[in-house]
Amino acid sequence: MRLLHPENVEDIALGAAVLGTGGGGDPYIGKLMGIQAIREFGPVTLLSLDEIDDDALIVPTAMMGAPTVMVEKLPKGDEIIKAFQALESYLGQKITATMSAEAGGLNSVTPLTVAARLRLPMVDCDGMGRAFPELQMVTATLYGISATPFAMGDEKGNNAILNTINNRWTERFARSLTIDMGCTALIACYATKGKELKQWGVPNTMTLVEKIGRTIREARKSNINVVKAVREVVGGFQIFKGKIVDVQRRTEAGFAKGEAVFEGVDEYASQTLKLQFQNENLVAMLDGEAVVSVPDLITVLETESGEPITTEALRYGFRVTVLGIPCNEKWRTPEGLAVVGPHYFGYDIEYVPVEKRYG
Amino acid sequence: MRMGVDVGGTNTDAVLMDGTKVVGWFKTPTTPDVTTGITTAIKTALEQTKVPTDQIQAVMIGTTHFTNAVVERKRLMKTAAVRLGLPATEALPPMVDWPPDLRETIGDHKYLVHGGHEFDGREISPLDEKEIREVAKDIKSKGIRAVAISAVFSPVNSFFEEQAAEIIQNEIPDVSISLSHEIGRMGLLERENAAVLNACLGDLAKAIVESFRKALEEMKIDAPFYLSQNDGTLMSAEYAEKYPVLTFASGPTNSMRGAAFLSGAKDAMVVDIGGTTSDVGMLLRGFPREASVAVDIGGVRTNFRMPDVYSFGLGGGSIISEEPLRIGPQSVGYELTTKGLVFGGSVLTATDIAVAGGLADIGDPGPVKHLDATLVREALDEMQALVETAVDRMKTSVEPIPLILVGGGIILVSRKVEGVSEMVKPEHFPVANAIGAAIAQVGGETDRIFALAEIPRDEALAQAKQEASDKVKAAGADEETITIVDIEEIPLSYLPSNAVRIRAKAVGDLALE
Repeated sequence: MRLLHPENVEDIALGAAVLGTGGGGDPYIGKLMGIQAIREFGPVTLLSLDEIDDDALIVPTAMMGAPTVMVEKLPKGDEIIKAFQALESYLGQKITATMSAEAGGLNSVTPLTVAARLRLPMVDCDGMGRAFPELQMVTATLYGISATPFAMGDEKGNNAILNTINNRWTERFARSLTIDMGCTALIACYATKGKELKQWGVPNTMTLVEKIGRTIREARKSNINVVKAVREVVGGFQIFKGKIVDVQRRTEAGFAKGEAVFEGVDEYASQTLKLQFQNENLVAMLDGEAVVSVPDLITVLETESGEPITTEALRYGFRVTVLGIPCNEKWRTPEGLAVVGPHYFGYDIEYVPVEKRYG
Repeated sequence: MRMGVDVGGTNTDAVLMDGTKVVGWFKTPTTPDVTTGITTAIKTALEQTKVPTDQIQAVMIGTTHFTNAVVERKRLMKTAAVRLGLPATEALPPMVDWPPDLRETIGDHKYLVHGGHEFDGREISPLDEKEIREVAKDIKSKGIRAVAISAVFSPVNSFFEEQAAEIIQNEIPDVSISLSHEIGRMGLLERENAAVLNACLGDLAKAIVESFRKALEEMKIDAPFYLSQNDGTLMSAEYAEKYPVLTFASGPTNSMRGAAFLSGAKDAMVVDIGGTTSDVGMLLRGFPREASVAVDIGGVRTNFRMPDVYSFGLGGGSIISEEPLRIGPQSVGYELTTKGLVFGGSVLTATDIAVAGGLADIGDPGPVKHLDATLVREALDEMQALVETAVDRMKTSVEPIPLILVGGGIILVSRKVEGVSEMVKPEHFPVANAIGAAIAQVGGETDRIFALAEIPRDEALAQAKQEASDKVKAAGADEETITIVDIEEIPLSYLPSNAVRIRAKAVGDLALE
């Protein structure tokens, strides 16, 4: 166990962009809220998975809605507290800890606010080991854990509890309610026992994102190669180095989809990498061949500064290095690939673990 | 005739223009108080051209006074930030992400009240007049005379901000109020930050406008004067007193506008090489492309329209160090003419390399004759590479586009820059920035969300264009010259009812008497 202070939160938010694989939302607002709550209520306790009691009740928290709205209508701060209370009275049980549903992007830091305010510990794990666009895309789904009872709340004090036949229905209802709540809501779902979490949780991901953030910060300060330092700390592989020469985008069913084309330099001269994305980076094709795909992580870093580049920020002229990072083993089973593999996202390619090609 | 002045980090330039003709210009080092440099530049330009002062119809000034004040935390007013949004937004009060020293300088006075809108126009909560009046009384009792008002989704519906302003103005008659929707864009914290910065510059704006007025009077120039805004248009002295924040980054904008005017190009890349740094920007339809991400000013994130500029440390005064070869970012700045080798000094600068390489004939080439030929070649290659990388970074596609080089330091670039269709070094290139100030037009823009489920797209576009044109007219343009220069439609992802954000921008010629 250890304590998270504002400076830890800064590092977590910085590192979360790397595991965000181009998406996951800007952690800026979540980071400020986390820091603000810690300043007011004291540091947050971070527990490792093996420090959790088997009968502890852990509830992940996250933000749901449009990032463009979230930067305008900022949260009140207690939305999630009300949702937690509603969930506790529904379950007739005290919640003993919270955690992050996704370690990449905005939701890496969302649970800090509720943890600080309710003085609940946060567990050092998440349900993805990265960022994904849909609610059911968590490892809990693979272990038959239901997203429901699902609690959500808005700043006005409204809250709702959902019970659904499967996690896809939860996603559907929750999205509709989110729109009525003004396109942003705080959610609490996948309530789980400590014993179950030890099976499905992707362990140590808070510590990992914090380490990535610290590595970037320190590498910048001492002027060493940030990209190399990041690659080493995430255990990833360099799959390309080059320049962005073209970006095509379109909006489909509320998702920002598109493709970026990179022209190689140095050892990649005369090669072309195409990167396809839907909020997050999904598939990297080197000279027409798929070399890395979901569920493995594809992260684009600016070559010189090491700054992670989101899919929204991709544009002509950026000098970038593309990293492939192995995903958590749980996603590599047939069940895992059915939920987040290339087929689910509409690609007719077979998933090959990144280290098989580059290791 | 028009007098254009632009204050840069190293030099202050003045140019006198008769219609589209450059009559004369003068360059002088920027002074710590800024105003003295401006006066020297104007005075000398007039003396050298022997133009009588009664020929001057308008004076346009691009100044760094206000950016400097924020960066140096000087001459800022105590300011109250009032936000309408409760019960939302409580988690992050105004100025939460400011550097503590700046927040303390202006007093950290913040008030959260009810109000604000949802993305689709619904009210988050109704406006509470009594609540706002109480806030106004408290502000008054503290002796605060600058107030910034923000409301959630005010770019979509500005009614609550305007209502609150009226109530506060009634309680505190001599207060000056900045409304966030008039300054910034979507993104509450960044827009509110821009409004608070604007508010705290209120007294300084009045003082600067007054000092310009006095300086012109002393020079016997009886003409209206305008300040350059960062979108390449002008604002009147009265408007500048209200919106000083809109002068931020007007320098790079002025050089890009000047480059467009001098070269006749509408879509081109512009590189302005000064004494210490270079700025690269992209011209679209004759105006600088705007930054789409938050811009940091003195440690504060803001999101109002700023030119998308990439700066790098190359200038005529850049200091060259050997083994390993390094160009800048340190520079001798305005002391180039005493410290550079060709000027009899002892510091090896980028200008000395250009002279040694035969690119320029400046000063005395004697002291650079002994320079190692390999060093000169490698340094020239490195400078070329710096410019090429920066240009490529700012391009939006692989298509070659024209490149316009302006600023005193363009002698550093000799060869054709890669990825560029043609390279233009226009006449009067050293004062493109002051020319940009002199030729500026007046402008206006609108930026808000339309729900296409409620209003047809054509009507939404027409409405946006009309709003922008009306603003140009109000800013003092000759109505017949008003044109729409930019219209942008951004579909908003994750939002229902086909919400689209429309930004329209119009400009017109200043109605001169």
